[in-house]
Amino acid sequence: MVDSNTVLWGQTLMYTAYCLAIIAVISWFALRVTRPVDQAPPVNPKLFYSFVAFLVVLGVSLHLITYNTIPWVKDDLHATPVAAENTFALTVADHEFQLPSERIDVPCDELVKFSVTSEDLTYGFGLFRSNDSMVTQMQVVPGHANDLVWTFEKNGLYSIRSTEYSGPKGFEMVVPNAVSVTGCDKDDPATDQLAAQGAAR
Amino acid sequence: MSLTDTLLDGNKHSFRPETLTPMQKLTLKYVIFSTIYYAFAVIEGMLMRINQVDPQGLLYPKRYFAMLTAHPLVGIFGASYLMVFGAFTFLLPFLLKKPLWSFKVAHWTLWLIVVGVFTFWFDGFLTHYAPLYTLYWPLPADFDQFEPVGGAIFIAGIALVMAGTLLFVLQVFKTLTYTPAGREKEPVGRLLGDALGLSTLWRVVRLRGLKSEQEHLVSLPVAAITRGTVDVALNAGIILFSGVLILTYMVAEIFGTSLKTTAIDALLYKNWYWWGLDLVADGLVLVFVAGTWYLLASLITGREVFMARWARFALGLELVVSWTVWSHHLLSDQAQPAMLKVGSGEMVTAFELITQGLAFFITLATLWQARPLKMTNELKFLIGGLLGFALAVPAGIMQADAGLNRILHNTQWIVGPHVHVAILVGLTMTLYSAVYVLLPILTNGAELWSQKLANVHFWCHLVGGIGMGAFMGMAGLQGMMRRTIYYDGEFRPYMILAAVSGALLAVALLAFLTNVVMTLGLRGAVGVFTRSDLPVDDLVPARAES
Repeated sequence: MVDSNTVLWGQTLMYTAYCLAIIAVISWFALRVTRPVDQAPPVNPKLFYSFVAFLVVLGVSLHLITYNTIPWVKDDLHATPVAAENTFALTVADHEFQLPSERIDVPCDELVKFSVTSEDLTYGFGLFRSNDSMVTQMQVVPGHANDLVWTFEKNGLYSIRSTEYSGPKGFEMVVPNAVSVTGCDKDDPATDQLAAQGAAR
Repeated sequence: MSLTDTLLDGNKHSFRPETLTPMQKLTLKYVIFSTIYYAFAVIEGMLMRINQVDPQGLLYPKRYFAMLTAHPLVGIFGASYLMVFGAFTFLLPFLLKKPLWSFKVAHWTLWLIVVGVFTFWFDGFLTHYAPLYTLYWPLPADFDQFEPVGGAIFIAGIALVMAGTLLFVLQVFKTLTYTPAGREKEPVGRLLGDALGLSTLWRVVRLRGLKSEQEHLVSLPVAAITRGTVDVALNAGIILFSGVLILTYMVAEIFGTSLKTTAIDALLYKNWYWWGLDLVADGLVLVFVAGTWYLLASLITGREVFMARWARFALGLELVVSWTVWSHHLLSDQAQPAMLKVGSGEMVTAFELITQGLAFFITLATLWQARPLKMTNELKFLIGGLLGFALAVPAGIMQADAGLNRILHNTQWIVGPHVHVAILVGLTMTLYSAVYVLLPILTNGAELWSQKLANVHFWCHLVGGIGMGAFMGMAGLQGMMRRTIYYDGEFRPYMILAAVSGALLAVALLAFLTNVVMTLGLRGAVGVFTRSDLPVDDLVPARAES
């Protein structure tokens, strides 16, 4: 089951491996470029053309791979329709989120839509786990529809945070535990659970 | 010489400002002001790093965000623009083998930018105007949060910088095309066509292939300077236009009339503004850096650039890419058409991997073919700059992906491994390489005071820059947002490590400044600001030239 945590771990591993490799290559180059040689042979143009081809393949394949492996991309780009009962309308004004209810209850394994409207500034809408890692986000631009579609596959309580700067007041725009997902087989280990919170009360 | 003597008169008294030409003094002024503004950015950066570890009462939110607004603008316009414009003002006549078109205009450029940067920085410090450089509509005209007078002065400062920038653009094109007195008339159209790559494009369209270097009227670095300057001009136009728009709202507010902010479509504005901003970040920076790499590689090796015709082609391609790449900043804007997200945001952006990858490979190959090379300061900083972009460009390509952007947008990942590594390691180390090349030329052979300090400068800057970007990136992947304040120590371990790395950058700057002051001496540095009686058309003294 691929969620944002899985994608981020994959990215961390890949980019770290790349960084170590390129630092090693440049270090090797810096050492070798000063080492005495009788006559440095010219660099073969075939190496250059191969490198260009490699870059082309790499640049295009990144998007093809993510398109086919990250679950939210297709729903997002194709604007997949969402059932009316799974649509949650929020408004933002004067640096405050106004929710449709005190807590937004989201069903598991169903495509849901967060429809957020700004009445004044450009804001952001992001869902975060209890350990502050991000589930998803979008920009909230005034005068336009800002619809984010998402499928949750783990139980959890998620906080809403504005993910765009909207002036010095904006950093306080956090609504803790505003979204609750229940009905899944698995719990999101990085979040509080509704049942646990209820027990604590 | 005692330390005091060296501090006053420079290393071995080898720097004599009275021997400098007006052009040398002017270029050194650009370098000095650029370094001062870089120091501003480093100090601000360190204060904000400390605040990220443990929010301080001194940096209360309004002040913190005012500093966050000024920081990148001082870094880009005050430090980078001044260094690049100064270096190109000197190099263009050197490469074209004719005097600068107008020495007076070059002076105006310098002072307009110096005064403009100080104006918006000081205004931000006093009035806390803090819409950030992104200026997302209608935040810059939100008078519930900002005073219109403070905002108007801030925007006026930016306008001064843009006026200086447009004068630089004029200087570049006039210097390229004018004919000095007593010389045969320059072929203006052909020169422009060659510098901008139009003649090459026409040749490619007619299936005649790419020209050899000998067939070109201007050298590869001149082509890079000219092409990058096109983006400089377009960007200045966009910023000036946006500034006038914002100023209109401010002036109306000052005179008691509140204009409706809904008259401007926020998404259209965002597209327009990012189109302009990306002409800097994904345009002129990459074109100028590639051109500077080629120039440095050929100066260090004394040889022609490897696959020079492809290098030229990549410069032309980069220029077109920079005009169509902006939408990667709007991948999380749901009202942005999917076609723009995929076409401009993902695919065109991926071309930057190719254009910058070409420049990277060509520069390394040029150096490799000239083995063995001596590990001079200019070579080690050039290699550092190449590594910086090799790290930062792929990070940018990853975030310019519709899937990954959903969980990376506006996190510390964007500003760490991509922005700060690109600017601090990629761009700044390339510029330092140019400074180490130019220093003996601009000072008529002043001897660097300490190679050990130059080494400290290099290693602290490299490790500090990469380290800071890496730890910010790790925090970003854990969900830490940029442009916010965390009061509960959520990401403190990463921020401590980023602050230690930032401190290394400050040590690097201190080492560089100490070395430069001890090389030139305080009297020498003051002497740069005195008038030169040598001919204004001479780049270096006639005797040194011969």
